[in-house]
Amino acid sequence: MPIRFIRKPQNELEKGGRQSAPPVSADENEPSTACPNCRKQIPLSQIWGNFHCCTSCGHHFRMNARQRINFIADSDSFIETDSGLVSRDFMSFPGYRQKLDTTIKSGGENEAVICGEASIGGVRCGLFVMEPYFMMGSMGTAVGERITRLFEYMTAKRLPVVGYTVSGGARMQEGILSLMQMAKTSAAVARHSAAGLFYLVVLTDPTTGGVTASFAMEGDIILAEPGAVIGFAGARVIEQTTRKKLPQGFQTAEFCLDHGFVDAIVPRSSQKQAVASLLRFHTGGAVTNEHEQ
Amino acid sequence: MSNKTAYDKVRLARANNRPTGKDYIDAMFDGFFELHGDRRYGDDPAIVAGLAKLMDMPVTVIAIEKGRSARERAFRNFGAPNPEGYRKALRLMRQAEKFKRPVVCFVDTSGAYCGIGAEERGQGQAIAENLMTMMTLKTPVISVLVGEGGSGGALALAVADRVWILENAVYSVISPEGCASILWKDASRAAEAAASLKLTSEDILSFGVADKIIPEKELGKGDFYLGLKTMLYEELSGLKVLPLESLLEARFARFRRLGTEGLLET
Repeated sequence: MPIRFIRKPQNELEKGGRQSAPPVSADENEPSTACPNCRKQIPLSQIWGNFHCCTSCGHHFRMNARQRINFIADSDSFIETDSGLVSRDFMSFPGYRQKLDTTIKSGGENEAVICGEASIGGVRCGLFVMEPYFMMGSMGTAVGERITRLFEYMTAKRLPVVGYTVSGGARMQEGILSLMQMAKTSAAVARHSAAGLFYLVVLTDPTTGGVTASFAMEGDIILAEPGAVIGFAGARVIEQTTRKKLPQGFQTAEFCLDHGFVDAIVPRSSQKQAVASLLRFHTGGAVTNEHEQ
Repeated sequence: MSNKTAYDKVRLARANNRPTGKDYIDAMFDGFFELHGDRRYGDDPAIVAGLAKLMDMPVTVIAIEKGRSARERAFRNFGAPNPEGYRKALRLMRQAEKFKRPVVCFVDTSGAYCGIGAEERGQGQAIAENLMTMMTLKTPVISVLVGEGGSGGALALAVADRVWILENAVYSVISPEGCASILWKDASRAAEAAASLKLTSEDILSFGVADKIIPEKELGKGDFYLGLKTMLYEELSGLKVLPLESLLEARFARFRRLGTEGLLET
C-alpha cells in the first residue's frame, strides 16, 4: 500500500466525512461513544478496529501509550527500559504524592512515558511513547531521565529513535528540575544526532509547552497526527495575553504544517508504513529482518 | 540568607527599579555595538545583543531587556521575547563561536511571549533549537539570571558553562500566579505557590541549577557592577583556556545530572 501523506485532512472532514466510511451500526446494545468532531454515535468496537479513529469522519481519538506501542511496534518486539524509574516527591509539593498515587492506581502506568527498544517494519530502533493518561504526559525528572537514557542507549547501539509525544508541558510539581529536563533531553538528542543517527518524532494531541520547546521540535523528521493540538503556550493564555480572538485552526497540526514546523501529517491508517519507510531510508537499505505487513 | 518569603523575592525580582538588561551592558562593558535581527524574519527589541569588551576581552553579550518607562516597556514587549529574539541570540552565539568570543547572557523575563505571531513563527522550535545549539556551542558561555527567570523563555538563554543568579532573582518552571490558578483555580494564592515551587536563589543553588549567588549589596551601583564584572572576567578567563573538549564535556555533565537525585529506581 502506498504511503499517503495527507495535507490538510480537516478539509476532508469539513466536506462531511470520507465517502468510504463503513456504515455505522445502530445496534443499541453495543457500547458506543459520540465522536467529538462529527457528533455521530459510533460503536466502540468500530473505533478500536479503526486505529482508534472515528469510522465516520476520521477523527483521531486519544490512545494510551500501551495501545500505541502495540499499534506501532512489530508484535512482541518491544523490550521496555527503565520501567522502574519513577519520581520521588522531592520538593514535598502540595498534593503531588497523592496525585501520583491515585494516577498510578487508576491507570497502571507509573510514569508519563514508556521507553524501550522495538522493531518497526523490521527495523530495530529506540521507541518512546508518552502517556496522556498520566498527568497529561507532563515531563518531570523521571520522564526526562527515561528519555535521556533511551537516547544514550541508542547512541551506544547506533540505532535510530522514534518518539511519540503527547504532553501538557513540564511538570510544575517538580519545579525547576522539571524545566531542566528540557535542557537535559536536548543534550541527549544533540549527542545522538552528532553521532549521525536518525530521530523521528510523531506529535500527537496535545503536544505543548516544555516538550514542544525541546525534544518534540528536535527531530530530523517531524510528523504529526491530523487535528493534533501542537503549540508552545496554551491557547487560553494567549487569548488572555493578547485579548485577540484566535484564528480558526490555531495551533493544530495543519497550522504547524502551513507554517513550516512539521514535515508531514500522517493519519494513523498509514502511520506504521510511513514510520517504517522513513526508518528504512536511514538504514542504507540494510534491513535484514522480516518485514511486517 | 534572609527572612524574605519566596513571594517577596518574586516581587523584588519583578520590581521596576531593578537594573534591566541594558544597564548591565552599559555599566560593565566597553564599546558596546548593538547588532540587530535574526536574518529570517525581524528584530526583537525584547533582546538586546551585540559585541562589547569586558575589560580587554572581546565578548558577545546578549540581554533580555524589559524597559523602564511605560513607553519603553511597551516597545520591549515587557521583556517577553518572540521567536526572532531567540533566533537573533542564536545567530550571534554562532558568530561568537566562529570568532572564538565568549558569550555572556543576562536573563530577565516573565517568559517567552504568548502571542499568535509567536506561535505562527515557532516559539517552541526557536527555544528547542537554542537548547540544542547552546549545549554544543564551542565557546564559553556564562548566563546570569538578574531578575525573573521565567520558564523555557529564560532557559533558552541559560544553557551555559556557568549559571549565576542574583540574590533576589527567581527561576521557575511556571509563574506562581499560573501555578496557583492551575492547581487551586485561584491566582490569589500565588504566595503559597511561590513557596512550593522553590524558586528563590538559595533553592536554585541547592538544586545545582545555579553555581553561584551574586549578592545584591549596592545593587545597581558602581561597586556592585565592578564586583560582577571582575567575577565574569576571571571566570571567562579560566573557561577560555580549557581544552574545548573538556569545556563541552563539563557543560554536558552539568545538565546531565540535574534531576537524577530525586529519582527512585525499583
